Amino acid sequence: MLTTQFLLLGAVLFCIGVYGVLARKNAVMVLMSIELILNSVNINLLAFSVRHGSVDGNTFALYVIAIAAAEVGVGLAMVLLIYRNRRTIALDDLSEMKG
Amino acid sequence: MLAQEMTSEVVASSGWFLEHAWLIPVIPAIAFVLIIFFGKKMPMKGSELGVLSMLSSLVFSGGAAWQWIQRVNSVVDGAHEAVVEGAHHAAPYVQPVIHEWTWWQSGGFHFGIGQHIDGLALTLLVVVAFISSLVQIYSLEYLRGDRRYTHFFAALTLFSAGMLCMVLAPNMVQLILGWEIMGLCSFMLIGHWWEEEANSRAALKAFFTVRVGDMGLLIGTAILFFSANNWTQKNLGVSGFNISGLSAWAMSGEASHSALTWGAVALFIACIGKSGQFPLHTWLPDAMAGPTPVSSLLHSSTMVVAGVFLVARLYPIFWEGMKIGDTNINFIVLIGGITIVIAALLAFVQHDIKKVLAYSTVSQLGYMMMGLGAGAWLPAVFHIFTHAFFKACLFLSAGSVSHSGSHHSFDMKKDMGGLAKKMPITATTWIISTLALAGVFPLAGFFSKDEIIDNVGHNGYNAFMIVGLTGAFLTAAYMTRATYLTFFGEARGAAAGIHHDEHDEHAVVDTHTSHDTHVAVDPHDVHTDHGPHESPKLITVPLMILAALALTAGLSNATPFGESWERFKKYVEPGSEYVMVGSEMAPEHGAEVVEISAVSMSVTSEEEVAEEGCAVVAPEAGMVCYFPTISHAPFKWSKAALSLIIVAFGLVSSWLFCVQYYTRRNKRLVGLTERNKVLRGGYTFLWNKCYLDELYEKVIVHSIAHPIAKAAYWANQNILDGIVNGAGKVSRRVAGWVYRNIDQRVVDGAVNGSGAAARGTGGALRPVQSGKVNQYGALLFSAAAIGALILVIINT
Repeated sequence: MLTTQFLLLGAVLFCIGVYGVLARKNAVMVLMSIELILNSVNINLLAFSVRHGSVDGNTFALYVIAIAAAEVGVGLAMVLLIYRNRRTIALDDLSEMKG
Repeated sequence: MLAQEMTSEVVASSGWFLEHAWLIPVIPAIAFVLIIFFGKKMPMKGSELGVLSMLSSLVFSGGAAWQWIQRVNSVVDGAHEAVVEGAHHAAPYVQPVIHEWTWWQSGGFHFGIGQHIDGLALTLLVVVAFISSLVQIYSLEYLRGDRRYTHFFAALTLFSAGMLCMVLAPNMVQLILGWEIMGLCSFMLIGHWWEEEANSRAALKAFFTVRVGDMGLLIGTAILFFSANNWTQKNLGVSGFNISGLSAWAMSGEASHSALTWGAVALFIACIGKSGQFPLHTWLPDAMAGPTPVSSLLHSSTMVVAGVFLVARLYPIFWEGMKIGDTNINFIVLIGGITIVIAALLAFVQHDIKKVLAYSTVSQLGYMMMGLGAGAWLPAVFHIFTHAFFKACLFLSAGSVSHSGSHHSFDMKKDMGGLAKKMPITATTWIISTLALAGVFPLAGFFSKDEIIDNVGHNGYNAFMIVGLTGAFLTAAYMTRATYLTFFGEARGAAAGIHHDEHDEHAVVDTHTSHDTHVAVDPHDVHTDHGPHESPKLITVPLMILAALALTAGLSNATPFGESWERFKKYVEPGSEYVMVGSEMAPEHGAEVVEISAVSMSVTSEEEVAEEGCAVVAPEAGMVCYFPTISHAPFKWSKAALSLIIVAFGLVSSWLFCVQYYTRRNKRLVGLTERNKVLRGGYTFLWNKCYLDELYEKVIVHSIAHPIAKAAYWANQNILDGIVNGAGKVSRRVAGWVYRNIDQRVVDGAVNGSGAAARGTGGALRPVQSGKVNQYGALLFSAAAIGALILVIINT
């Protein structure tokens, strides 16, 4: 029914987000993809909240939005610093952690 | 016999102070905490808090006493209206104001804390608060400049709080609490100047000697609780710790007699320790090591009176347990009688003025115990009341003498004499209190002490009446000796203006005394005028107040002047009437309706012993008794005259002896103890305090502690050392083998192996660490996907 379609939407968004995180080179695009993942989770929460008739999911979704805002703030700040130091934000070039 | 049953509804008035009497110990307790935390920063170093808290406790207890008098009046008048003309009936029982709250609970059992206010509690509350206030005011001057001034006031305040807490205890638990607080504070105060070893030894001795008795308190409480709890829960709905519950249980006739007897004996052992009765009185004279205000407080109204109070409070238990009404000798009266005589004799050989007073206190406590043991409850309680005033006055006078007259010495023979002219106020207050203590006619001691002796004889304890009279003679004599040595005759030592250059020399001269001096910073050493002089106002005013009370306090229960003067009998002695059980559950607030039932009281006159009544006939079902019927001896001037003559004889003969002995140096008297074998033996016996200290320290402690120490040493050398040495040898061998085989081969092999393994694994995993974020992300998500997949498979 309706909730199933919402869950499907959430799953599709999640997959797009995962694809973006894995395939994109641009750090800003990766951050945007992470936002997609988080919002797909929000949709899931709301869908289950509607199905069970409780407001717990809604509340939780609000928390997720707030946390996501904070997370993207931190992420963008990091991207900005990386850009200042190296004049690039391509993730392929950031391979100092190679073992 | 008029068997009539009447039930009257009497409204017992109550009031704010009565309902809130629990505040009386709480105020000084709070003041204690404040002094400890903020005292040193306050303008008067915290002493103002102590004085203020004691004064407010005094106001509260005074208010409560006033409202109690009105309550008794309302009940007694109501009862009188209900009584048929001509029928004599038992004194009505005025319900005490009892409140109890849960203090803590354990296993569903509630331990209460609260208040139990009746005449006895209020008498003590007023006296304790009053004496404490005066002593604190006195200490402002006496301890000025002391290095632990703030702590002194803190401990003094907590000490009073402990006594007040004990006095209002509604149950044994709170009573023990207050009792132990006092034990702790007495240790702190006696050892206030602990830099000198004698002082800290005295503090320890006081603490441990009292502790011996305290075991009795715990055991006695436990015995009574386990025997009484069922009965009290069933009949009164209170626990077996509750004091009124225990009283009712003891009077019910259903109590097991052996439990009562053993409980009473155990509790009385606690009283022997606390109240300095023979043979545990030895700590009391040593307690003089503390500052004089402490001795005054300790020996007049708090601490030592606690034991007497315990007996008076749980009187039904002692009455039934010791069969006070039926015998003419029992444990309490015997101990009391021995104490009177021995302590009075010991007072004769003391050189230290405070030790004379200490033994005098012990002796007077003996009077109180003897009175209680012989059924003279009211005179004994009254003696607590009067004794507090004149003994506090005597101690404070002695302090005043050492403070301003004898350069901090307490030695009567070396540093005093002839001070009456130099210190007229101190001498006057001392002499008034001495006469009051000796029991000279209209002064306080006469009315209480004479009543004790009189009632002891009246109740059939004739032998002890003679003991009491002997004690009266001795008291008059040793107090005269102390008075003569201090205030009359020729001035000696410091009193004559001779000063010891060094304090140390002073300490060598009288090693057996413990004196108040040797405070490092002693501002009095910088006096320009070193001769004896009168003390300042802060010392003399409390003295004068106390002396005035020593003069007049006896009039508050002046038996010779008729019944209207017997206020203590009316307001303090609990009625011995049967009380209906239902009336126990009095309303919490405001006026309460008390049903009082006076049942079948025979017509008795004061002279006869009541044929029926509590303690003679057990109460019927549904009725309880809280206090035994006690007969009062009628006052006869002929008996009073006898004791007055004895006292006068004691005073005069002792005075004449002192003049001959100390001033005229009569050849026949001086050195008599060296010449006469019997007298010398007696003197040596007394000088060594009846060898009790030797018995305790050399014989008992030695015989118990020494073999234990020896056995422990042997066990240590042979058993424990053998084990340790053997263990050492064995372990060395084992260690050698372990090193060669396990350490070198197994452990080192494992360590080396793990290092090699880690290197191999690291090399194998190296390609995974590509440093590419996307690859890490891919790994993460694939792992999450696998995890999700497993979850789905498991759940379906």
